[in-house]
Parts: sequence; structure tokens; C-alpha cells
Amino acid sequence: MTLHMPPILTYALRRLIQAIPVVILIMIGTFLLLKLAPGDTVDALVGDMGGADAAFIARLRAEYGLDQPIWVQLWRYMVKLASFDFGWSFVYEQPVATVLMDRLGTTLMLMAASLSIAFTAGIVLGAIAARRAYSATDNLISILGLVFYATPSFFLSLMLMLVFSVKLGWLPVGGIKTIAAFYTGWDHVWDVVRHLIMPTTALSLIYLAFYLRLMRASVMEVADLDYVRTARAKGAREGRLMTHHIMRNALLPVVTLLGLQFSTVLGGSIVVETIFTLPGLGQLAYQSVVQRDMNTLMGIIFLCAIIVVVVNFLTDLLYARLDSRIELA
Amino acid sequence: MTFADTEIAPPEPPRYVMFWRRYKRNRAALLGLVLFVLVVLMALTAGLIDPGDPLRRAGEPLTPPFMNWDTPLGTDQLGRDVLSGVFYGARISLLIGVVATLVAIVIGVVIGALAGYFGGWVDDVLMRITEAFQTIPNFVLLLTLVAIMGSKIEWITLAIGIVSWTAPARMVRAEFMSLRHREFVDAARNLGVSNTSIIFREILPNALPPIVVYASVIMALSILMESALAFLSLGDPNYASWGNMIGQGRAVLRSAPYCAVIPGIAIILTVLSFSLLGEGLNDALNPRQKK
Repeated sequence: MTLHMPPILTYALRRLIQAIPVVILIMIGTFLLLKLAPGDTVDALVGDMGGADAAFIARLRAEYGLDQPIWVQLWRYMVKLASFDFGWSFVYEQPVATVLMDRLGTTLMLMAASLSIAFTAGIVLGAIAARRAYSATDNLISILGLVFYATPSFFLSLMLMLVFSVKLGWLPVGGIKTIAAFYTGWDHVWDVVRHLIMPTTALSLIYLAFYLRLMRASVMEVADLDYVRTARAKGAREGRLMTHHIMRNALLPVVTLLGLQFSTVLGGSIVVETIFTLPGLGQLAYQSVVQRDMNTLMGIIFLCAIIVVVVNFLTDLLYARLDSRIELA
Repeated sequence: MTFADTEIAPPEPPRYVMFWRRYKRNRAALLGLVLFVLVVLMALTAGLIDPGDPLRRAGEPLTPPFMNWDTPLGTDQLGRDVLSGVFYGARISLLIGVVATLVAIVIGVVIGALAGYFGGWVDDVLMRITEAFQTIPNFVLLLTLVAIMGSKIEWITLAIGIVSWTAPARMVRAEFMSLRHREFVDAARNLGVSNTSIIFREILPNALPPIVVYASVIMALSILMESALAFLSLGDPNYASWGNMIGQGRAVLRSAPYCAVIPGIAIILTVLSFSLLGEGLNDALNPRQKK
């Protein structure tokens, strides 16, 4: 069977199989965290009802399987997680899976916007800095990078709000759309874009700084290689050299970093979504911590882990396509 | 000695002199050092120069900066002294940064050393665990740990360390894998030196320089994480923290933006100092590495 598969598919399949033990470990991890947290499902239920007698509580425990040995509980938990059943949220009075799906779109939109801006601006600025290394332009770009890196996203968010919402009144202060405006068509799209400008900026600048630094170093290294010198000796102009010879190889480490950092960006969305009251997974994570909604919190961890595994898988494929030196089989 | 004296190379200056010479070549790193010393001085002198307790009322609420010399940087909406908060905040940030970094480095060194030195199934198991930790967004895990363990400063520090060890573990593992088959390791093994001694006394000192440089990155990230927690008011309420000051300043952002801006600048300069310090250390400790 393997013989008839294109190498890229075999490679993809192998990477996916390698991710399985990691996902299982994360399942066990979330189970342990749930057990460590004070109170269980039955405590939450009983608390909701305003108390109950001991016999009833014992019966509930048996019904939820909480009287079983820990191994049985772990096994049942993993089977449920594997079918995306994250249990019941006692705060939202809904299955956790439903709550998560309601929030997923906003977060994915925010992340896609932030990462594409950070990535594009990062590689362009990084390439410019590298080609004019040690010039005034390079210094300016590098200083900008350092400052972006050092600025916490919550502080940046507040400063953007202060300037663009409070002082200038250009952009809305929070939310994902104007309440009760009922825009349709392009008006609706434009409304959402306006709401996303500040959160996207706040979330992307620190990653822009990462990509910029890495791209600068990477371009400088690749530009020193023999094959680039050969191309230049054969009369390739500097612009073409950059786009056709240097870029592709210089991008490799940046693509790797993009995959590795995806989970950090998901974490960063907590602060930004909370400040700009965006109804996404990050805001939900914060609210779950404050309200001690452990089922929802574990659902978020597991969903984030799955997203990160998928994104890493995609970056692996992208990497394999970019770098022909990689052995696929 | 029959050779002329001129053929003898001048004695190498002591290591710390060489270190300093390489370090000071980088002007940005010098600026980082100055900023770092400033922050350390603030942390050490908190409470000595300034009107003491940063959580106590020190003057009229919302006094702007430079209006009253008792509270030079002004007061917040509860009349608490901003300057005092900045000084005490430096102490908390540095304390949490240093301890969390130590926790992360110790976990990372142990896991990375075991994985890289033994290889095989030990490596497989430890690396899958590392990947699991890398897959879960670290700030989500941090919030969860804080939700479970509570907001005491000790637990927060520990939790930041627990979510930060994966990168150093990978670095240590890579160093150990490249060093474990070197001659000096084989020699030590043939002499009957125990695995523990080989790991900690033979290989580890050689693997340390990149870890020391990376420690400055972890430190900066720890400070950012702590301030984000405090901003979300999930920090320890018994201590003044820059993040918390910014969080409180949000309520008066329109009328008194300085309440948020001043501690914000403190965070930026501190994190900046660690980045620059890290670059200087890198130049000084790994002089042959191309940048």
C-alpha cells in the first residue's frame, strides 16, 4: 500500500502517527488537572441545587462513575474526549462542546489575521534589514523589533485604546460587531474588520518582532552561501537574487518558528480577547478560570492542543514543500 | 629555556577580563546593563527612599505627576503612590523572574540531560512529555494552574517555572547528544566515573553557555507572564505589581492615563534590558558564533 502512495502522503501520515502519543499524554494531563482541582462534577451539581442529602450525593457519584477506580475513570474520560464530548458546563448550562464551537470562529479569525500580518511584515522587514545590514535602516528596524518584543500585549492594547478610541474616536473600544446595528453584506464585514484592527495589532507586534529577528539572521546566513555568490557572478540582479534565490531557503527557520509559536499565540489571545471583550476562546478561558468552570477549561486545553497539532502538521507539510532536501519517506 | 623571551606569548588575561572585553564591544548590551542595574537598584531600595508601603494611601487620589513632591509620580484613584508602586513592583518582578527562571532551568536541565545522555526509550518518553507541554498554550496552562493552586505568590512563581521549561530542555538535550560521544566523556566512562558524575560534572559545564544566554529570555518572558496575570487581577493581591497597577489604571485611562503608562514603561524597559543583556552575554560566551 505504501508503495503506491506519493512520498508526501507517507510523510504526512508518519507525522500524524507521531502526534498520537502526545495527544494521549495531554488527555491524561487534563484528567490529572481535573482531579487536582477542588470539587468535582457532583459538587458542582449539588452546589447548583443548593445542597442535598448524603445518600443522594452517593447515588449521583455512582451515576457519574466517580465511585469507580481511578483507572476506569481515566479510560472513560479519554473515550469521551476522543469523541469531543467535554462534559457539561455548569456556568453556561450547555454542553462544553457547544460553548467552544460558538467561540472558535472569533479566535481563529483573530489568530489568522495576527499571524499573517506578523509573518508578512516580519519577513519583509527582516529581509530589508539583512540586505542593508548595519545601516541606519537596519538599526531603526532592529530597535523597533526590540521595543515590540518588550511591550506586553495588554499594555499595548490599552495604549491603542487610549489613542484610537478615547482620543481620536476612530475605532470601537471592544466587541466583535456593533450591537443592534444589524449590518448586512459588506457593511457587516467592514464592521467586523474595524473591531478587529486593534486586537490584531496588539497580538501581532510581539510575533512580528520574533519573525523579524529570525528572518534578518537567516537572510544574512543564506546570502553568504556559495550558490548565491554563483548566481550573482552569473549576473543576477539583486532584486531577483532576493526573490528567486535567497527567500525560499531563508524562510525555512521562520516557517518552523511559526508552527512552534502557534500555541503561544493562542495563549496570548486570552489577554487581548479579555481586554477587547471579543467573544473567543481566550476570553472564555479567562472567564472559566474566574468562575472555576473546570470542564470548560479542560475542553479549551484539549481543543487548543488539537488545533496546535493540526497547525504543526500543516507547517511540516509546508516545510517539506519548501525544502527539497528533506527526506520524505 | 633557551628560546628568546619574545617568543613567549603574553599571558592571557583572566577569564572575567576577557568576558568583559567581549561584552562591552556591544554598545546596546552596555545600555542593557545600565538599565538592568537601575532596575536592581530600584528593587533593592524600595521602601528606603520612598514613602514606604505602596498599597497604603499616600496623598489625594489622582494627583498628577510632578505636582506634589511627596508623591513625585502622582497617585492612583485610591491615593496610592505610583513611584512607590514602581519600586516595589521592580522587586516583585525581579524576584518572580529569577526564581521562575531557576525552576524552569532546573527542570529543563534534568529532563534535557537525561533525554540527551541516555537516548533510546528514555529520550522518547521525555520528549513526548516535552511536546505535550509545548502543545498546550503555556498561558492557558498557567491560568489553569493558578486556578487550581490559588494566587499566592509562591504558587504563581512555581507555575510560571512549570510552563517555561520546554525550550531549555530541548537545548540541553541537543547539547548532550552532541557531547555524549566525545573523547573526554568516553575517557571518563572508562575510568569508571558514574553516569551522574558524567552528566553533571563532565558534560553539563560544557552545555551551559547557551543555557545562560537563554535564561535571559526566560526571565523576560516570566516577567511578562507575571504582569499579564496581575493585569487580569489573578496575581497575589498582597504585593504591588506593575501588571496590577496597569490593570487598575485601566479604570481611569481616560482621565489619568499616567496611572497605566508609568508602570507600562517600567515593564518595557525591564524586558528590554534583559534582551540586550542576553545579546551581550551571547557575544561574550559564544564569541565564535556568527550572528
